[in-house]
Amino acid sequence: MMYAGIDIGSNTAKAAVIKDGQLLGTQVIPTGYNPVTAGIKVFDLLLEKTAQVKTEIAAIVATGYGRASVEFADKAMTEIICHATGAYFMNPTIRGIIDVGGQDSKAILLDTSGRVENFAMNDKCAAGTGRFLEVMANTLEVTLDQLGNFSRRADTPSKISSICTVFAESEVISMIANQQRRENIIAGLHESAAARVAILANKINIREPVMMTGGVAKNSGMVTALENRLGFELLVGELAQENGAIGAAVLASNLSNK
Amino acid sequence: MPDTPLETKKITAAKKMRELMTHYYIDALSASQNNKQVAWITSGGPVEPLLAMDIIPVYPENHGAMIGAAKMGENLCEKAENMGYSSDLCAYARADIACSVFKGGPLGGLPKPDMLICCNNICGTVLKWYEVQARFYNVPLFILDTPVCHTGYTAEIARYVQAQVDEYIAFLETLTKRKFNRDKMARIGKLSIDAQRLWQKVLNTTAHKPSPMSAFDAFFFLALIVTLRGTQIAVDFYTDLLAEMEERIKNNISSIPNERYRLLWDNLPIWYQLKWMSGKFSEHHACLVADTYTSAWCGTLDYIDEHHYLDSMAQAYTRIYLNIGVDQMADQVIDMVRWYAADGLVMHSNRSCKPYSFGQMDIMRIVREKTNIPVLMIEADMVDPGNFSQSQVETRIDAFMEIVKHRGHGYDVCRH
Ligand code: SF4
Repeated sequence: MMYAGIDIGSNTAKAAVIKDGQLLGTQVIPTGYNPVTAGIKVFDLLLEKTAQVKTEIAAIVATGYGRASVEFADKAMTEIICHATGAYFMNPTIRGIIDVGGQDSKAILLDTSGRVENFAMNDKCAAGTGRFLEVMANTLEVTLDQLGNFSRRADTPSKISSICTVFAESEVISMIANQQRRENIIAGLHESAAARVAILANKINIREPVMMTGGVAKNSGMVTALENRLGFELLVGELAQENGAIGAAVLASNLSNK
Repeated sequence: MPDTPLETKKITAAKKMRELMTHYYIDALSASQNNKQVAWITSGGPVEPLLAMDIIPVYPENHGAMIGAAKMGENLCEKAENMGYSSDLCAYARADIACSVFKGGPLGGLPKPDMLICCNNICGTVLKWYEVQARFYNVPLFILDTPVCHTGYTAEIARYVQAQVDEYIAFLETLTKRKFNRDKMARIGKLSIDAQRLWQKVLNTTAHKPSPMSAFDAFFFLALIVTLRGTQIAVDFYTDLLAEMEERIKNNISSIPNERYRLLWDNLPIWYQLKWMSGKFSEHHACLVADTYTSAWCGTLDYIDEHHYLDSMAQAYTRIYLNIGVDQMADQVIDMVRWYAADGLVMHSNRSCKPYSFGQMDIMRIVREKTNIPVLMIEADMVDPGNFSQSQVETRIDAFMEIVKHRGHGYDVCRH
């Protein structure tokens, strides 16, 4: 039996398919303007990539901010339970998850059976989310993928004091004007964002081992900044960004096993 | 997708309640034509002496709730901000101040006050807010200062507040040019106690499974105990409401179809989202059975002496929920979790109301430790929708309900 999960985030749409408890494949595309078409497209591409046909998929669970836009899904579930399920599927020893996505970040605590014991999310503000880093990358004229490399070359990270994305951006602009090194500014931004995310982890007294998921986990600068802040190592898998979709696929399989 | 909620039987007293509130506001708005004086008073202020003096009490906070429920908050708050008030100021204050100037809101503004009565047992914001209004309307302001009872009601506090109650009476005598009638005061005090007892009994009925009403109903039926306590009207109304609840229990009529999970709510409601919220929770078969807010109007009955109302009033008004220590607040929440057999606690971190929202993190921790139920924190605002994000709140509620369901606390069938 095959099951699929679709995660429509604010930046990217992800899909995953599992067969007999094994991950067959995943797919990531930009969400773009229309979450409905993004859902259809990411699913089609995934089927193509894994050479499967729609009719073979027994159940689909949708998640993410656009979860309600996936009309062909059997059920919509929150990112929190999907990330928990996905992380537990990839590694059942995981007890904590830090998920930093495009427009929100969260910390999740799991019990030994992989169930969500508690969670904390950022408030409405974009501080400590992917959006924050995206705005800054734009201002600094680097791509998101380059952020990690840049911050590794920093010698003294700049101090960003504003939490607010808009204020922090003007701080960055004046740092550029003062000719501070781009590497240092970027490292400073990572520290600032990591500080916000660490608060969430501390709020729920996160327990190790902790996995980092979400698109921002691909940014090594952010991972390092968070590890320094938290004082322990984070596990980052190859499929960190697709983790929510994987969890959704696992939940889809539970759905029809009932 | 969650099931769509079915229609359940409406509470018939709602119609009566609307009529009574309409009458109340018509009376207040036509007070000057009937040679009656109007006093604006804070929601937690001692209203009974006003009734004893035939003064019509009007509550800007109740009006604020109406503004919120009518979704007129955004516009009025914005007007106040244009006048120079900070967006951090309580939205009741912002809406009320703007309403006075622009005659906005569902009633086109409250009746002009002849005096203002401000009791700071609920917060410090009301002091400045009422000072602003006293200048705007150029009317006398009486301030009743009730120190926070962190651990208890000391002899010093008792003397201090009691002395102010005496001044309060003298203030009213001067403004009405009438002698204070102690017999009438005793009668009104008794009516106030009766109404509070009835209100408590109404709230107690939701301990029944399934609950005959929800906190959303309580938010609505609250208006009378706030505005008309101390009158026969309130006593009669709550007598009927209680009978209706008992009848619903007898016939097994529930507030939401298929109640499986019972939740407790903390803080003021999000007035402009009541319908969406109640729908959201009932999709999950969760009923908000009780809250810390509506019970604040009957939470100090133990301190009132029926035979010496005026003397015991000082203590009762000083020891309300918002004027006690965080540990005591947490104890009350825990008592409620147990009494109502709640499966979870939903806390509204209300941007407007600082005294209510301050200490919530501690209360959250204490409740978790002592009861082991899941607790959710929602960031929002009771009146200003600028501080509310529906999709964020929705994700939090859905995720929270997933935890509640997984915990298997829900009684009845269907444990996931
Ligand atoms: S701050 Fe809170 S207690 Fe004070 S007036 Fe506003 S809502 Fe009421």
